[in-house]
Amino acid sequence: MTQTIIVVGAGHAGGQAVSTLRQKGFDGRIIMIGDEPWVPYERPPLSKAVLAGELELERTFLKKEAWYPEKQIDFRPNTRVTSFDRRAKTVTTSQGENLAYDKLLLATGTRVRKLQAPGAKLENIFYLRDIDDTVSIRKQMKPGANVVIVGGGYIGLEVAAVAVKMGCHVTVLEGLDRVMSRVVAPEVSAFYHKVHTDAGVIIKTGMAVTGFEGQGKVERVLCADDSSFPADLVIIGVGVIPNVELAAEGDLAVDNGIVVDEFCQTSDANIWAAGDCTNHPNALLGRRLRLESVQNAVDQAKTAAGAMCGELKEYSEIPWFWSDQYDLKLQIAGLSEPGDEVVIRGNPADRKFSALYLRDGRFVAINAINMIKDFMAAKKLIAEGKHLDTVRSADTEVALKDM
Amino acid sequence: MAKIFITNREGEQSEIEGEIGISVMENLRDNDYELEAICGGQCSCATCHIYVDGAWTAKVGPRNDEENELLEELDCVQPGSRLSCQIEFTEDLDGLTLTIAPDE
Repeated sequence: MTQTIIVVGAGHAGGQAVSTLRQKGFDGRIIMIGDEPWVPYERPPLSKAVLAGELELERTFLKKEAWYPEKQIDFRPNTRVTSFDRRAKTVTTSQGENLAYDKLLLATGTRVRKLQAPGAKLENIFYLRDIDDTVSIRKQMKPGANVVIVGGGYIGLEVAAVAVKMGCHVTVLEGLDRVMSRVVAPEVSAFYHKVHTDAGVIIKTGMAVTGFEGQGKVERVLCADDSSFPADLVIIGVGVIPNVELAAEGDLAVDNGIVVDEFCQTSDANIWAAGDCTNHPNALLGRRLRLESVQNAVDQAKTAAGAMCGELKEYSEIPWFWSDQYDLKLQIAGLSEPGDEVVIRGNPADRKFSALYLRDGRFVAINAINMIKDFMAAKKLIAEGKHLDTVRSADTEVALKDM
Repeated sequence: MAKIFITNREGEQSEIEGEIGISVMENLRDNDYELEAICGGQCSCATCHIYVDGAWTAKVGPRNDEENELLEELDCVQPGSRLSCQIEFTEDLDGLTLTIAPDE
């Protein structure tokens, strides 16, 4: 009898999974259910090239729309899975349909964390997660507009870079004492702070946003220290929450993400999960974690799809990320922690340097700014658990790969 | 119509009708070749690595600086190595012959 695989979620992980399933020769029925109107697409350009109008939407699609029917993938856009029954092996959709599966992949991703503050529902207050968000923001991002960005993380700073280049007056309000504090060392935060300030962005750290004011549309952003900032539009980027409710209601193990093993299998042998929504083990890092990254979504989707076809290949990768702001290519590999020793390699004033993170002498992470060679070499060294000498590794005359 | 001749990671040869004006990476991706292209064409990851056939390297042109730095650090780099996201497919490249490099 023909097997049916249902993929819940049509983001990067869902899209990669259906493609890998067909590549591996799975010839049964595939149903992919997504709550957006679009076929799976790349999200990273939404806060960069797409927002800047430099990349057409269609070019972000992982596969063209015609590919899905060609490959006999039954894609259900604008549809949510409202519940599933593990014993009956069925899912129920928002269209009221009951669909039977033999194997299920949960690629439910994350959703933006919403700011709970008075006035947060005024017009022209946006979050940035999907294509529709970017299209809406782009319409309002006119030269001379006052743009207030809440949150100085990747998304906030990438949007700031695009907006200031477009001629907007840009203010970034960050709650903590420095930008990108969750992912980079203080030296790197200080560098990005200066780059943005030099470009004309106003960055205020330690700012607690308490509310928004305006007649229908937002006009001002209010902060706890009684300061306020005029705003024609506001973009909020204060993190995401994993979509685990469906898994939890189905009684799967959930702990800051859907708990999976090294093959992306959940606590139910017929159900796998992949991408931002998973809490997964990583042997290279020696612990469990949940990641928000394209690399993780793609690699886990391949692992899960392989496992669903009976090919077991353990997922274990050094996580890596990137962020493009202005002429700066920030590439990150590994996961740093507060307390890691930081070695700065190169001079930030040259707009070309790396921050190396050492834990007990062992190389664990890198932030490479326009230092592509360092990044590429570091991915291997970090996976090897290489020990670095702090003096020598700061010397840019010595290639990182020769350490 | 412009063709691309491709050898995949299994050593199998095939050809596609290339779409003009998009990258070689997008052409490979749209035609279902196994190629990660994780960063989506931002020249940030080197997961769309291909070997351009010797006869085509001059016509395709040289690597750009960022691309070169990414490629030079790979174990399986060769003289014809390119990142397929950095090559725009044009009429001039009709007949382009390439091999998809191994996943590193």
